[in-house]
Amino acid sequence: MSSPTRAASTSLADGAWHRLHPATPLFRGGIFMVAVLGFILANLRERLVDFFFRVPTYGGDPLDEIFRRGAVGWALLAIAVVLIVILVVFYLMWRMHTFRVDAESVEVRSGLLLRSNRRARLDRIQGVNISRPLVPRLFGAARLDVSVAGQDATVQLAYLGSAVADELRRDILRLASGAKQAAAPIAPTDAAPPSDAHPDALHGSAPAHGFEGASRFAAARVQEFLSPELDPDAAPPASVVRIPPQRLAGSIVFSLSTLVLVTLAVVMAVRAATGNPDWLIGAVVPVLGGLGYSFSRFTKSLRYSIAGTPDGVRVGYGLLSTNNETLPPGRIHAIHVFQPLLWRPFGWWQVRINKAERSANRGAAGQAASTTTLPVGTLADVMKVLELILPGYDDDQARALVTQGLLGTGHAGDGFANAPRRAAWRRPLSWRRTGYAVDDGVVLFRRGVITRDLMLVPLARLQSVGISQGPLQRMQRLASAKLHTVAGPVTASLPVVAQAQALVLFQALAAGAVASAEADTTHRWRSERAAAPAGTGTAGAEGAGA
Amino acid sequence: MSEHQAVMGDGQAGQAQADQAQADPHSAEPLAPAPADGPRLELPAVGEWKRVSPKYVVVEVVGTLLFGVAACAAAAVLWLVADQQWAIYPGAVIAVGVLVTVALEPRRVRSIGYQLRDDDLLFRRGIMFQRFVAVPYGRMQLVDITRGPVARWLGLADLKFVTAAAATGVAIPGLPEAEADLLRDRLVELAESRRAGL
Repeated sequence: MSSPTRAASTSLADGAWHRLHPATPLFRGGIFMVAVLGFILANLRERLVDFFFRVPTYGGDPLDEIFRRGAVGWALLAIAVVLIVILVVFYLMWRMHTFRVDAESVEVRSGLLLRSNRRARLDRIQGVNISRPLVPRLFGAARLDVSVAGQDATVQLAYLGSAVADELRRDILRLASGAKQAAAPIAPTDAAPPSDAHPDALHGSAPAHGFEGASRFAAARVQEFLSPELDPDAAPPASVVRIPPQRLAGSIVFSLSTLVLVTLAVVMAVRAATGNPDWLIGAVVPVLGGLGYSFSRFTKSLRYSIAGTPDGVRVGYGLLSTNNETLPPGRIHAIHVFQPLLWRPFGWWQVRINKAERSANRGAAGQAASTTTLPVGTLADVMKVLELILPGYDDDQARALVTQGLLGTGHAGDGFANAPRRAAWRRPLSWRRTGYAVDDGVVLFRRGVITRDLMLVPLARLQSVGISQGPLQRMQRLASAKLHTVAGPVTASLPVVAQAQALVLFQALAAGAVASAEADTTHRWRSERAAAPAGTGTAGAEGAGA
Repeated sequence: MSEHQAVMGDGQAGQAQADQAQADPHSAEPLAPAPADGPRLELPAVGEWKRVSPKYVVVEVVGTLLFGVAACAAAAVLWLVADQQWAIYPGAVIAVGVLVTVALEPRRVRSIGYQLRDDDLLFRRGIMFQRFVAVPYGRMQLVDITRGPVARWLGLADLKFVTAAAATGVAIPGLPEAEADLLRDRLVELAESRRAGL
């Protein structure tokens, strides 16, 4: 991270108001609007002319009619006026849409008539996401989302030049980390008008003149499009986890939805062979839908990479539209590692997480919000990912516990407090494996045999802990436990645990949560641990940019 | 509690007996560590539980009765006016359910308890379905005080401790209004001094 560009970069994080990429209104639906307008005009022009001018009878094409009446000039003028109005509105929208980044917050203000102003405090950042939908990506633009905790609480900077977005993310993360650096002088200038100080930076390329400029622009775009998704300098290669496409394809083929699809297809084929074509048509739709879903899941997860950077975990994915999210340390509230039955022969696992940020982005693998950290990976990949998302939890004991938690069958002395034999009838298959472990600030819940599950919750993120007991459980001196974390796909609960063990767990977690929360400094993750080893395994990069 | 243990033996604790164990709410819980595997879920070595006002029973009973009366009235209308014979049965079931709930209400209210420990709030409720929750003060996002019509008439208020996790569900109902305000201020103060991130 100690690239010389940091010092030399024309930082946008200087506290002054800046504007977005000039083509922003087009990317934000303008292209779509123009296309729709064109479509409507092309298809309905007779009807429209009829509707607006009450000329019910004209021969054939309305263009001929206009020509015949000698109104060509007026028609052209009308079109010109509409175009100019659209352009002016777009221009004004762009003028009014400004953002600024200072040491405390990221702020965006926008809107012509309805002014809106959104501000996110940097020490509350839950994640920084750069996404490049296909069309903006072709033009070298990217969207930067700074999310804070809450439902859809993101400050969106859409769109920025691609390179600018990368640079701004680095600056925002640096400011948020609390690292003591004097790289960028921060001078908030509230009243100052928005400056166009960095037009080059916003365009993402040098000012273009004529053909030469255009070709240079195109060349830059192509280079950007083909460049690796993850900047090789950003993370040590050892910490990068990638997914081979064939494994990704395999993971989708060997999934429950595929099984259902195949069953449906077989049933359809049989029915078609026995002759019942009417029924067939209704069944084709879900099959096609399922295929489309699987395909989009595949393309979205292509080029998946997870890497540790000094400012947290970076998860990037996407082939045509790309997405690239940075989660600073301590922003992950619960982790779920699981293995569906069909994946067991291959030894594949999936990792999902809970985060406080609930973004409206569609994540990889089709899930709402990017909560799938590893769509499919081997045991070694899982270990690497856990190291990245649970910084500091990577000693030998932790590895042994996680391995037991994933693969263990639940014998005595495997580090987990497992359910007693009297609970066997409740979980006939998995009672041996149903248990918990508390180790070094992390709680592990293990359960499930058909689908193997392991939940990990860092105590520093635990909101509260609850144990409960119903009448039947009381007769058997059993109880259940639940860890309360922020909402997400992961629910860390233990359906059955011995009553005495539940009490031990409750007391350990009640005390541990308080202690861990007190020791936690991740809201300014680089400020107070300058001397401590970096959690993300990239200690060498710490403070290198100072 | 020790005498109940002898009665109930191992795994044979009937529900009625288990409820009796809870029947005397104002007695202090044993301060010494309870036997590791007692007859029911009970935290060892905790201080005295603070209970909610006994008047809160009225609030619960009124709510339950209102629901019961409305449901029975609907059933009666169906039966007598619309001549739907079957409506008697759900009506009767609801009526019995309401009466049983009302009968158990005092016990359920007495089972609600909370404690302000050094660093966290401890909460319990339920007899048949027991639940214990510990929330560190630093996790507090906000404290909510609400007063329903009946509760206001009785001078009671409900206090809700909200964290970033929806599942926490710590709601202390039926506090005298002054006590609820005091508790809220105290909780905010404690949370301020132990501020933690999310």
